[in-house]
Amino acid sequence: MKINNVILRTVAKLVFFIILTLAVYLFFAGHNSPGGGFSGGLVLASALVLLFIVFDIETIQKGLPIDFKLVAAFGAFLSVGTGFGALIFGDNFLTQAFDYFNVPFFGEIELTTVTIFEGGVALVVVGVVVTILLSISEDE
Amino acid sequence: MVQGMLTVALTFYGISICISVFRIIIGPSLPDRIVALDMIGVMLVSSIAIVSVMLTTTAFLEVILILAILAFISTIAFSKYIERGVILEYRRDD
Repeated sequence: MKINNVILRTVAKLVFFIILTLAVYLFFAGHNSPGGGFSGGLVLASALVLLFIVFDIETIQKGLPIDFKLVAAFGAFLSVGTGFGALIFGDNFLTQAFDYFNVPFFGEIELTTVTIFEGGVALVVVGVVVTILLSISEDE
Repeated sequence: MVQGMLTVALTFYGISICISVFRIIIGPSLPDRIVALDMIGVMLVSSIAIVSVMLTTTAFLEVILILAILAFISTIAFSKYIERGVILEYRRDD
């Protein structure tokens, strides 16, 4: 029996970018309001899970040829690397620094090294969640 | 006045969620349970919106967005499980 799911595919292509926007917002809202690397990574992983559910695994892996185990490993390396970066400047392990910079068109913004750490956490979460879901799915 | 109306609305949402939980427990078929779960998701989103109006804060708006996204994805996953018998398939055959 042929199943007609053109509405689901069209809506999923739209909603995917809405979820990605929310994930980026949550990732950058992490300092003073709810959010951060972990929840941003979970929302990003849920967007990928939506694509894997609506389409099939083969199509997504052809269009997005990323090994998610490598993504998780790179994220862990990045997070621990920012911890060791503080040792170079003579501070304690995982000491975080921040400063204010004047950027044209944006004005004065705050740049921190916590953002790099949170990015590593987000990559670990995305990689681990997608790897688990692909491992427990039906395999041929 | 407005606070009383919001409290009454929250009470009715609680009663509706209890009725939906009853439907999930005794539901004769799987689609009944899925529709009841989707109803619970929508009513939770509305309840959180009412709570954030009562507390006059915007801290819960991310919670509303994430809960709506998760309810959407879970409803799609359950529906695909009913229709195909598998959620993540390696290669689709249509």
